[in-house]
Amino acid sequence: MAAGVLTGRDTRSASRRRRVLLEHAEAYLFILPAVLLVGAFDVLPSVAAFVMSLTRWGVVYERFAGLDNYRAILDPAGTRFAEFANSLGVTFWYVLLTVPVEMAIALLVAFVLYQGTVGRGMYRAVYFMPYITSVVAAALVFEWIFDSNFGFLNWILSFVGIGSQDWLREPTGVFELIAGGVGIQVPSVLAGPSLALVAVSFFTVWHFIGFQTVIFLAGLTNISREYYEAARIDGAGGRQIFTKITLPLLSPSIFFVFIIATIGAMRAFSQIYVLTNGGPLETTRTVSMLIFRTFFERTSSNGIGIGTAMSFLLVLIVVAITFVQFRVAGRKVFYD
Amino acid sequence: MKSRVLKHGFLLLGAAVMAFPFYWMLTTSFKSFLEAQSYPPTFWPAVWHPENWIEAWNFPNTRWPRSFANTIFVATAVTLGTIVSAVLAAYAFARMEFRGRGVLFSIFLLTIFIPNEATLIPNFVLMSRRYLGWYDTYTAQIVPFLASVFSIFLLRQFFLGVPKELQDAARLDGAGHLRFLWSVALPLVRPALITVALINFLASWNSFLWPLLVTSSPDLRPIQVALLPFSSEAGTQYHLLMAGASFVILPTVAVYLVAQRYFIEGVARSGIRG
Repeated sequence: MAAGVLTGRDTRSASRRRRVLLEHAEAYLFILPAVLLVGAFDVLPSVAAFVMSLTRWGVVYERFAGLDNYRAILDPAGTRFAEFANSLGVTFWYVLLTVPVEMAIALLVAFVLYQGTVGRGMYRAVYFMPYITSVVAAALVFEWIFDSNFGFLNWILSFVGIGSQDWLREPTGVFELIAGGVGIQVPSVLAGPSLALVAVSFFTVWHFIGFQTVIFLAGLTNISREYYEAARIDGAGGRQIFTKITLPLLSPSIFFVFIIATIGAMRAFSQIYVLTNGGPLETTRTVSMLIFRTFFERTSSNGIGIGTAMSFLLVLIVVAITFVQFRVAGRKVFYD
Repeated sequence: MKSRVLKHGFLLLGAAVMAFPFYWMLTTSFKSFLEAQSYPPTFWPAVWHPENWIEAWNFPNTRWPRSFANTIFVATAVTLGTIVSAVLAAYAFARMEFRGRGVLFSIFLLTIFIPNEATLIPNFVLMSRRYLGWYDTYTAQIVPFLASVFSIFLLRQFFLGVPKELQDAARLDGAGHLRFLWSVALPLVRPALITVALINFLASWNSFLWPLLVTSSPDLRPIQVALLPFSSEAGTQYHLLMAGASFVILPTVAVYLVAQRYFIEGVARSGIRG
């Protein structure tokens, strides 16, 4: 009897174990395609990138080079350093010219839309439309709008007394241009980002505002009405409600967009490649553009080694910035 | 009242700026060469020239039908493949027990933070003859995109929302996971499925850098890459350039206008793709 119970339990647990094993096996089959693909084209290449950055590798692999590539990029006397530092400066300007502008406008639009207006869905659809259009084709349209001779932008600006500009081919810094317009000479350190970079940034802002607006609008819609009612009952005014309720409760969305937009801007490539190709005088050559160029310089026999080292440095810089954002801004984020 | 006017004024002005490039593209594409180059510019074509579109379509050294076929083929394959791999993985992560589930899912999530720049060169090298030998093939344009962590993440959220009771009931009826997934879970997450399909199709339709890198024959290149030689050959014939840009942009705008809700909700729900 006792033995019978035991064997019964044994076979039952054995069959249970087999069932669990089968379920595991089935689950592994389910995730197998995704694991293989993500492993082959995301995980493995990330590891490979680091390994390749430690080699001398042009058209073909030459030899292991240790940290030579990093030394070449970070040696202040070298040309690689000058290129890298310049493109890093361009990238930072680009982040400054796009992220705050996009976020400010998107926040404003989202607030106004949230308050409920006629045609809210239509406005949202129009603001979001640039985000789904191809960067390459849209950049072609902007090239035409920016055209120095017959462009629409120059025409419209002529009404406010701004002279014709060669938007995408003007390497002069904007501060220098503005100061020069009123007859002031500025030292070259204060020249600022080139007009071409400002034009590219304008395009970027146009392209991404809709994305951010939609995220902010979703964040605002998620705030429970009860908070507003409670605040109103307690006699809070419009401004107080905004700073004490809306902003804190929207802060997760704001923080998310801040992080995503910064990472995106640090890596910007397509729009720059099509609009200016890094020129004029390399004033729009962001780090991504520089990596691309380095990679394709088949003349220098170490394009892949230096290119991967630069991309690894870019990743480190992006991670560092994200970390700082989390430490500084992340603390102010309020989770409901 | 005054604030209402201000509000609409602001929104309208913004909408005008956002929509203007589309308007300018279309109107320019129907102007004559001379009118397009006239200064001050005209807001409406004096004489309509629909034949511009035919001229741009038949432009020397440009094969739009071929490029479109390439883009449609690649985008369709990517979308179908991604849906299959993402649905299976997302379902397993949400609804099945297996060892290493948490670790694997974390690794998947981490890959979202790996920037393209880091993997671009190794992936390019991987395509070369020494390794996979996929350079200048459709395979290189399709296979690396058959898994999308973003899609897995989004679908998993939806599968988690499928009531557990349904799964228990299905099991009592003797239905296995595949059966349950196909006839119960999938119909329930249809909106998410449509979102995932649209977003992946759009991303593939608009992809530029990767096909530019891994293809060299014009016969294999998608429209985004085909637009470049077209634009350099058309030079300053902006009426033709704008017709070409319209070819590339209008299909996506049309799909977007029909299925707007799915695009916007997909982004709003977890706008990880930036």
